[in-house]
Amino acid sequence: MQTEPMNSVEAAAEATRRQVRIASRLSAWAASGSPWVWLNAAAIATSLIAVVGLLVFIAAHGLGHFWPKAIMEAIYAQPDGTRSQIIGEFQGHEVVPAERLRGTGIMLPPEVTTAARSLIKVGNRDALGFDFRWVLDDWLVDTRYPEDLVAIERREWGNFFGYLRSVEENGTTIATGPAAWEVLQARVQRAQALAAQIRRIEKDEIGSINYRMERLRLAERRIELQGTPDVTEQADIAAERAALNSEYQNLQGRLTALHEAIARDSLTAEIMGNRSVAVPLSSVVRAYQPNAMSLFDKVGFYVSKIWEFVSAEPREANTEGGIFPAIFGTVMMVMLMSVFVTPFGVVAAVYLREYARQGPLTRLIRIAVNNLAGVPSIVYGVFGLGFFVYFLGGSIDRLFFTEALPTPTFGTSGILWASLTLAILTVPVVIVATEEGLARVPRAVREGSLALGATKAETLWRTVLPMASPAMMTGLILAVARAAGEVAPLMLVGVVKLAPSLPLDGDAPFLHLDRKFMHLGFHIYDVGFQSPNVEAARPLVYATALLLVVIIILLNLSAIAIRNRLREKYRALDH
Amino acid sequence: MEKASESPLFDAANERRYQWRLMKDAAARRAVGVGGVGVIIAILLIFFYLVYVVYPLFVPASAGPVADYPVPGGSSTLHVEAEESGELAVRYTADGRAVFFRLADGAVVKDQPLIPTGGATVSALTAPDAAANDVALGLSDGRVLPVRHGFALSYPNDQRTITPALAFPYGEAALTLDDRHQPLQGLAVRDGEEALLMAATTADGRLLLVTFAKQTDFLSDETTLERSAVELRGVPFAPRFLLITPDQRWLYVASETGELTSFDLSDTAAPRHTETVRLVKGKAQLTSLRFLIGGYSLLAGSSDGRIAQWFPVRDDQNINRLTFIRGFQQGSAPVQALAVEQRRKGFVAADAQGRVGFYNTTANASVLTVDVVKGGVSALTISPRADALLAEGKDGRVHVWQVHNEHPEVSWSALWEKVHYEGYSQPEYVWQSSAANNDFEPKFSLTPLAFGTLKAAFYAMLFAAPLAILGAIYTAYFMAPRMRTVVKPTIEIMEALPTVILGFLAGLWLAPFFENHLPGVFALLVVAPFGVLAFAFVWSQLPLRIRSLVPEGWEAALLVPVLLFIGWFALSLSLPMEQLFFNGDMRAWLDNTFGIGFDQRNALVVGIAMGFAVIPNIFSIAEDAIFSVPKHLTFGSLALGATPWQTLSRVVILTASPGIFSALMIGLGRAVGETMIVLMATGNTPVMDLSIFQGMRTLSANVAVEMPESEVASTHYRILFLAALVLFMFTFAFNTVAEIVRQRLRKKYSSL
Repeated sequence: MQTEPMNSVEAAAEATRRQVRIASRLSAWAASGSPWVWLNAAAIATSLIAVVGLLVFIAAHGLGHFWPKAIMEAIYAQPDGTRSQIIGEFQGHEVVPAERLRGTGIMLPPEVTTAARSLIKVGNRDALGFDFRWVLDDWLVDTRYPEDLVAIERREWGNFFGYLRSVEENGTTIATGPAAWEVLQARVQRAQALAAQIRRIEKDEIGSINYRMERLRLAERRIELQGTPDVTEQADIAAERAALNSEYQNLQGRLTALHEAIARDSLTAEIMGNRSVAVPLSSVVRAYQPNAMSLFDKVGFYVSKIWEFVSAEPREANTEGGIFPAIFGTVMMVMLMSVFVTPFGVVAAVYLREYARQGPLTRLIRIAVNNLAGVPSIVYGVFGLGFFVYFLGGSIDRLFFTEALPTPTFGTSGILWASLTLAILTVPVVIVATEEGLARVPRAVREGSLALGATKAETLWRTVLPMASPAMMTGLILAVARAAGEVAPLMLVGVVKLAPSLPLDGDAPFLHLDRKFMHLGFHIYDVGFQSPNVEAARPLVYATALLLVVIIILLNLSAIAIRNRLREKYRALDH
Repeated sequence: MEKASESPLFDAANERRYQWRLMKDAAARRAVGVGGVGVIIAILLIFFYLVYVVYPLFVPASAGPVADYPVPGGSSTLHVEAEESGELAVRYTADGRAVFFRLADGAVVKDQPLIPTGGATVSALTAPDAAANDVALGLSDGRVLPVRHGFALSYPNDQRTITPALAFPYGEAALTLDDRHQPLQGLAVRDGEEALLMAATTADGRLLLVTFAKQTDFLSDETTLERSAVELRGVPFAPRFLLITPDQRWLYVASETGELTSFDLSDTAAPRHTETVRLVKGKAQLTSLRFLIGGYSLLAGSSDGRIAQWFPVRDDQNINRLTFIRGFQQGSAPVQALAVEQRRKGFVAADAQGRVGFYNTTANASVLTVDVVKGGVSALTISPRADALLAEGKDGRVHVWQVHNEHPEVSWSALWEKVHYEGYSQPEYVWQSSAANNDFEPKFSLTPLAFGTLKAAFYAMLFAAPLAILGAIYTAYFMAPRMRTVVKPTIEIMEALPTVILGFLAGLWLAPFFENHLPGVFALLVVAPFGVLAFAFVWSQLPLRIRSLVPEGWEAALLVPVLLFIGWFALSLSLPMEQLFFNGDMRAWLDNTFGIGFDQRNALVVGIAMGFAVIPNIFSIAEDAIFSVPKHLTFGSLALGATPWQTLSRVVILTASPGIFSALMIGLGRAVGETMIVLMATGNTPVMDLSIFQGMRTLSANVAVEMPESEVASTHYRILFLAALVLFMFTFAFNTVAEIVRQRLRKKYSSL
């Protein structure tokens, strides 16, 4: 090591030597092929980041939706002097180049290059006309979080944010000021109970009456078409109709009374811009003060919101409320599909593996079946629409439901055809998995059974199939996972944006296979892309996506676990 | 060997049970056989059903004679028309009667004179719009009588009865067209909301344009007509054919020699002469001139057997000029009559030899030619549903033919080539299957959709193939086994994710994100590989003590935080870069500098989203292939002194290359068929643009969007099935090839 300072020539020489050393190390390293290995590692790391990142992203947005957000109040001071009051929740934040803002007409001083802006959900769509606003952070001053700011979820017009001023009963004020809050909560509970009653009468009881009236009408038309009017039958129908009518009048009376009762209460609140607005309690779902809630309250609120999400009906064109009908529809369709796919898939696999002659034809069929798993799902949807809905459904209508024509019963999309279409779509998966399971059963077991005098059918039924049942279950789970996530074919054969009734209800024949249904995957598509208010709907879409992803991951993990256990078990048997 | 009956265990109960078991076995065999074959047939049914629905598109049209009888009601026919259900027809005779007769046998149902006998006679007749059932008679005293025929449908005693009726929308007394009362020789009438427009040529060679302005008295709701006439001068030839467009904007006047001149009628008091064109070629004569449905295209039949289609095309100076679009040649005999289909862009032409040809203009196709009558044809019509042809021959008989012409709009050129559609200035590839009006020209070019499909699949493979294959190489060859047990299920989960979720994230989050951070994204694509390499080099120079903290085979885990940092770094640079290089707005910069438009939902977003969906498919098969390469090849190569990378690149990859190829084919098949991601992440506009910043519409998304609203068994419906069939066959073929390659590979390895 030199102790005297180097002169410039020596310094330069030393630098060059160092560069040459690095360069030679670099080229040596490059020649070893190591860079390529690292790039490959980067590729798989990217994929891992993508998957895990996606799941975490959906989880964060989805779970975060239900947590009660604080409401802020601030003054928006624009450079031209206008100061307006803003009340709302923070929904998002971004930093944008100032050029883009200038392009939309916001006047920023020329030296400003970037601007940070926030998305505020101001709610009150009926009073304000819009419920989201972008505001520039710099112009938002005096941000406070007053504890008495109230957030109200309503049955229509979305969320409401404001200060509670008074509670009214039949127009007369019964509580104002700080005491109003307790009174409001009590009244809201009463209103909720009444609303639940109203909904039950309208949907269940009157709905049932409507359904029975429709059946009477169809029975009448059937008699008319048969051409031989039977006076007694017609009299019976008339009597039933009269009974239904009187039941309906009864219910109608009760409904009127309930509507009157629920219309009794209302509240007055002050929203942003110092405007006073009256909110009838009949439209209130929930009222809370998020800024005043303790952690315990918030957790309780969170749990109740999650429960509402999975058990309640959607509101507000699917942008609020719950997704219970979608969950129910998905589960029912998947169950129906399993009922169809399991026997068909297992029988076909058993035939291919055990009974068919293992020649080139069977190999060809096996290849064909495998490849059908890779055919685009939209093709199955098209087939389902043309064959099942129009051809089979139309024929069934012409043969059995002529009295309802021209309104189609089965000649239109419905849960039966959707399940059948998805069954055909997933049957290759079940066949492949079952075949694999059957192939794994050692020959010794089969031959031993036959040697002991069992027939082939008995061997299959008592020995081979039970041993292959985990594989069948794996196949079924994979089929169910696929069916829960496929949307494209369902768009053609059975799913709707909002189903008025569930396929399973209390009216005979209880299982209505001709009804349309809602589906989780389609719900995501519909709410995300076909809803009138995408900003409001977006958190709900994330929550639904999270639910769907969780279901599918659980199914797949269980299938993987079963499959791994199987492999272990049979590795010991194979030799 | 003892016989069963001699064994001490044998008794009747055992024998019965044995027979029962044998029966169960036989029944099971049959049941499983039936069930298995049934399921397989059901699966294969898909292909056959699709072919069954698509097949009628390619069935050629056919026609056969049904009836033939003397002309009912006598006198010569000026105009004949059939009614919707094909039961009745009406003919307007030269002696001023309307004769309604049954199509099947010619029995006259109603015979009504339209003008009082002894007065003026009919000298001209025009039927501008077959669909509206309006006819106007030009009389020998210069008057015009508008007539409307109708067919009333009733069901007395549940039997369908059609009753013909005649109405005179403007009164039974004819309107005065020529105030000099000269006989009218040529006539064109067009009724509008505000005025009834008529153009006529008189016997003394004048060309008149008469406007009857309508005034409705809102108290009594009566309409009065106010007449104003203009004589059009300066037409350099003897006018023989007159036509007014449905919007009452243009008057076409044509001569027998084939010259056509057009007048702009925006001001009916002063019509402006705009252009003159020659409709026929050479020395041919113009024998017939009609509008196609919609009143936009002109069909000119000439004496050389040719029918030419002309319509106005906007040129560079934005002026509409009548342009020749396409021609159809029907033999060499002169075209004598043209009939126009009421619901499609098709027409029928009859020539002097009695041959009748069916044509469709959009498809540029001559669909069918039949010999209907010997000698010429004097009147021709095709029924509204285009299923019956009525031809009155010069032999004085009416010939009725039944026509099956279901899908004339489909031809190779209509589906795959550029077509010059009405209203466009040049031939284009367009997919536009429906519009709000009835006389719409359906545009069924599959080219934009196929282009979109290939573009989406290309960008998807561009992102997915390197990531998947390189990742598979690392996972199968270099990765530590413990990490592999974590990575493989993760990739399987990636495969199981519903594409709905990928699509919605792409459309709702990724697309706006890219739009806001465009420079950062491109920076990331460039910086990431170099950053990784830089980190790798630095890592390799670190002392062994630090390097041994991360065991061999865990480099991917080490790279995860590195990549996260690089990503964050590149994206946070986005805003400053945008300020520095792109004037603060990269979108505008792209548009101004390169003219590249930027669509928020574009091919870049689709490529990444679909790439994400396709990576696990390619990955699992490629990884399987590389993993199954026998280890002794690796060991041998390493023993001979090669580095791991050399072994990989020169031995293992080459051995596994068929498997990798099969993986790519399967991935491509999946990318082509993907529906939901494309539906949500592109703009779904059928444009043909290679730019990565523009959207597209694919075959699969098109089917998903249009199928619920398409009319069953229509051409549109069948074309959508054709698209589904094309997708099916494409993916099936790809997957089969990949599967065969994979099975051959497996067999090859079992011998190694």
